[in-house]
Amino acid sequence: MDLSQYLEIFIDETQEHLQTLNDQVLVLEAEPDNIDTINEIFRAAHSLKGMAGTMGFKRMQRLTHDMENVFSEIRNGKMKVTPDLVDVVFKCLDAIEEYLACITETSNEGENDNDEIIGLLNACLEAEGGESEKEKTPEVKQENKPVEEGDKRKFLRINIADFEKNAIVEAKSDKKNVYGATIYVDEGCILKAARAFLVFKGVEGIGEIIKSVPSVQDIEDEKFDFDFSILIVSEKPLEEVKKVIANVSEIKEVVIEEYEIPDDVVVVSSVQEEEKKADKKEEVKKKTSSKTGGKAVANRSVRVDIEKLDVLMNLVSELIIAKNGLVSVSNQEDSDTSMQSFNEQIEYLERITTNIHESVMKVRMVPIESVVNRFPRMIRDLSKKLGKEMELIMTGEDTELDRTVIDEIGDPLMHMLRNSADHGLEPTVERLKLGKPQVGTIQLNAYQDGNNVTIEVEDDGAGIDVEKVKASAIKKGHITEEQAEMLSEKEAIDLLFRPAFSTAEKISDVSGRGVGLDVVKNKIEGLGGDVEVSTKLGEGTKFTVRLPLTLAIIQALMVEIRGEKYAIPLNSIVTIEDVLVDEIKYVQQKEVINLRGSVIPIVRLDEMLDCPPSDAEPENLVVVIVKKGDKQTGLVIDNLLGQQEIVIKPLGKYINIHKMISGATILGDGEVALIIDSNSLV
Amino acid sequence: MDENVVANGLKQYIVVKLDNEQYGIDISFVDNIVRMQQITRVPKAQSYFAGVINLRGEIIPVMNLRLKFGLEQRENTNATRIIIVKPESNAKIGILVDEVHEVVTLEEENIEKTVYDEQGMNLLGVGKYKDTLISLLNIQGIISELDNG
Repeated sequence: MDLSQYLEIFIDETQEHLQTLNDQVLVLEAEPDNIDTINEIFRAAHSLKGMAGTMGFKRMQRLTHDMENVFSEIRNGKMKVTPDLVDVVFKCLDAIEEYLACITETSNEGENDNDEIIGLLNACLEAEGGESEKEKTPEVKQENKPVEEGDKRKFLRINIADFEKNAIVEAKSDKKNVYGATIYVDEGCILKAARAFLVFKGVEGIGEIIKSVPSVQDIEDEKFDFDFSILIVSEKPLEEVKKVIANVSEIKEVVIEEYEIPDDVVVVSSVQEEEKKADKKEEVKKKTSSKTGGKAVANRSVRVDIEKLDVLMNLVSELIIAKNGLVSVSNQEDSDTSMQSFNEQIEYLERITTNIHESVMKVRMVPIESVVNRFPRMIRDLSKKLGKEMELIMTGEDTELDRTVIDEIGDPLMHMLRNSADHGLEPTVERLKLGKPQVGTIQLNAYQDGNNVTIEVEDDGAGIDVEKVKASAIKKGHITEEQAEMLSEKEAIDLLFRPAFSTAEKISDVSGRGVGLDVVKNKIEGLGGDVEVSTKLGEGTKFTVRLPLTLAIIQALMVEIRGEKYAIPLNSIVTIEDVLVDEIKYVQQKEVINLRGSVIPIVRLDEMLDCPPSDAEPENLVVVIVKKGDKQTGLVIDNLLGQQEIVIKPLGKYINIHKMISGATILGDGEVALIIDSNSLV
Repeated sequence: MDENVVANGLKQYIVVKLDNEQYGIDISFVDNIVRMQQITRVPKAQSYFAGVINLRGEIIPVMNLRLKFGLEQRENTNATRIIIVKPESNAKIGILVDEVHEVVTLEEENIEKTVYDEQGMNLLGVGKYKDTLISLLNIQGIISELDNG
């Protein structure tokens, strides 16, 4: 059977599954017993195995098969997730990626058997499997024995991890009491989880819960019979704690006493990260449960040949221009009786164009998520490699950008992130010395700003030492010492964008090989965007990338100012008001109006746009109220011309464009109208 | 431009007029010559820019050569033309001139290259054609200077 026709689908889907795996394993690393995540990973690994098998990629199949086995064990509770295991799984994912790259190039999976990784996986299986046997035994006891023996002190059977043990020891040395309690809920109780929740809430009011069996998550999901056990640290005496618990209605019995770590309880070796998160655990779990719930619906993607799309986009813009032509003709010949059908035609055309526009834009625009979702994994690896603790906070992943931009923007962003991780953030030790939070933060924020999309990469690291940059530039012969003294801070920072410039004293694997920010800048400028750096020594560095939303079609309000036509994007307009000239007040010599209780500054667009002054001030002003965030401003115009769909076009090179002009559009009669960027006026 | 012309070191220039002065524009830069049409003013742009025009769906900035060379503004006439030049493969700019005169072919030896103009980079040299002088515009120079305007 010829499978080549499926190859493309295979590659795309494998990429999707790999992405899911990467994301989910990251989640798993933070929360080793998140069952939803484990299931998700298992499913993805299983699909990968099946797909690889169907396509006849035996090596890939073998690797994914072993990975699936591991997760199958974890899913069945026979194995625990450890940092070592996570590392192996990541290696495994990298290996699959290699296979995939090889397949993409040669449609063959290559010769690498990856025996080493398979060996590691199997080693994990065996090692953990052995340990899990031990673990299983007390669990079995927990199920059967107490009921037979009538021993209601089930809390004695709780398996505790290292960090929990530490917490207990610590609490005891702080002269706090540690109690173990097993709570039996009335068997007729309908809302078990709610009762348990009340118990937790009550106990948290007087102390702290260090451990609960089953887990909080399971209890919330009512995944327990009629009893659960908790370990409590509290300063209150035993009786009081018992009373708090017993006060919750429908609690049948509370067995509580001072807790000593029993010798026969298996101490489960813990994941390092868990220690930090122990106190936050409950919160985190709640969050992830909702997150994974939302993610369960797989992201189906549409794959379209980009060239066909380009043609389609051009057609659409032509179509809109043609429609505008029709509209202007209809305005010229109002009186004609055949106008009605003509108007109907226009409405029809308008509906079509709107629809085409919407659907095409949707196809063409891709959420930036598809680029940035590989970054958390990258930061994790960098964190290990560089030995620095860091976390990546991303916002605005759903910001959409043109497909071509999306395809190109990945590398520059990755470079900037690496830069922040390597050069920006200080080593952990140094951070502690400086009194900064131990974990460095890198933020990646994306948002749409008018007709641009802004992406910021910000770190809270050391910032850029301008003097060091200058010194390095002099040493490398980019500038002379005299020039260096003349440079402003901003100009000096711009030196970073020169080819072959790196301030890193030692070249690391991560960055600093001289192919640096100049490449980033070139690429972004090639996309019609720009990049800016702002930095504060000791506080951090921020790279701001601004990218245009390429061919964009927007709804705009056409206005007239001294006979010139301008377009104001409709999405920034709040209302249009008629204002009497007498109503204008002055605040700090600036004109404002009082609009239904709020004071709004007004801007005379004719002055801003250097229009010739008008002969006489009219009694009424037409004021278009625009907003940016919470701020509002009134733009004074002469006439309203109506609403129109416009195609944004660039104004061309060579001419200096003030920031209040965001582009131009061609009207139905061929006239050019400028588009006012109201954001810059607010 | 036929091959003979190139082979002999000859270059063709479009001769345009500002008042009585003649300027030559290297024909290899010229994309198009269009009649005067409606120009949309662009506020806050360089003072010698007339604005932008719509050339078959593309928006192109138009520079007023008179203002660029410090001459006073003049009413547009029937002879006024916009010469669309293409200094780079992906960018166009229109140059507003009083009149397009003719196309001339100049030999290398008839071009005086050592002439410096007051404005700096605007001229490449002066060409002698029959008994007139033609100032040859440096297209790259004109556009690279735009930032300072």
